[in-house]
Amino acid sequence: MQVKDIIAILDLKVFGGSQGLDNEITGGYTSDLLSDVMGFADNGKIWITLQTHKNVIAIASLKDLAAVILIKGNEPDADMLAQAKEEGIPVLGSNEEAFEITGRLYNLITR
Amino acid sequence: MNKYRADLHIHTVLSPCGDLVMSPTNIIEKAREKGLDIIGITDHNTTRHCKLISKLAEPAGIFVLMGAEVTTREEVHCLTFFENDEKLSEFQTYLEKHLPPIPNNTEKFGYQVVVDEDEQIIDEIEFLLLSALDESIEQIEHKVHSLGGIIIPAHIDRPSYSIISQLGFIPSDLMIDGIEISANCKVASVMPFLAKHRDKTIIRNSDAHYEENIGKAFSVFEMEHRSFSEVKLALQGIEGRKVTIA
Repeated sequence: MQVKDIIAILDLKVFGGSQGLDNEITGGYTSDLLSDVMGFADNGKIWITLQTHKNVIAIASLKDLAAVILIKGNEPDADMLAQAKEEGIPVLGSNEEAFEITGRLYNLITR
Repeated sequence: MNKYRADLHIHTVLSPCGDLVMSPTNIIEKAREKGLDIIGITDHNTTRHCKLISKLAEPAGIFVLMGAEVTTREEVHCLTFFENDEKLSEFQTYLEKHLPPIPNNTEKFGYQVVVDEDEQIIDEIEFLLLSALDESIEQIEHKVHSLGGIIIPAHIDRPSYSIISQLGFIPSDLMIDGIEISANCKVASVMPFLAKHRDKTIIRNSDAHYEENIGKAFSVFEMEHRSFSEVKLALQGIEGRKVTIA
């Protein structure tokens, strides 16, 4: 499954980084501690978080993550979005909370 | 140059987690006992005890850096300091504007009281001071520097509420005036996370919430005399000034 395949199903907004929409998804990781993501998220995962700081993209890039989903209608900070576009990491948005969007993504990719 | 012993991270009774004996008078007494020359008053997201402590500390021969330990939107704790009452008041207004209106639960978190020099309670803060401000670390940095202040990420080695736990590493373009590590932290353990900030001055403080911890950790400032601007120059290592830690 690729990032672009989940956008319509999960009703996600694409803020930027659409060059990476073909990225292959291997799973998901839900966390708001960037140090935790840096230590434990594996490549190809979709990262679900409420953090909108530009370090999110630095870490997503470092860990080779497939995409980032911002929850609760959060929007990326301007410098986060700029960096996402530059690095080609899709930044997606959901109006749902972490629990709901994580559950729906889990059902989608483990089905 | 003179050497001054400084503990720049001390909470008062105003912080919900600050012990009730952490009154302005007691803090100064303890600081004197511990041989501190400079203390930083840094309650969570409020500066309201700073002016009184600064006033009371003068006859005791202690210089006070007035500020707050702010919680950014990312839940990063940062020490902030300001040069005078006017700048401090402006920052206090900013803090009140950006603190979410979540009521404090005194049973869970403790009291948030403002006292006078006779230790009489003169005010109680309604909203929980432990909440995160609705401003990013960059926005807060801009505000602090627009007021000529100092901003230092606090206890960066800690597994919670530190810039490293919350943001993974220190953003390379973040304008910070120094880095604080906690009492028992080894400098080498944080070096990999400093990224482009390896040249920054590292300070060590007590983060005292109880009086017995005041001065338990400290930094030594070598500078001309004790003033806000000298502290700033010492953090920058200008003209032979420097800060050393044990």
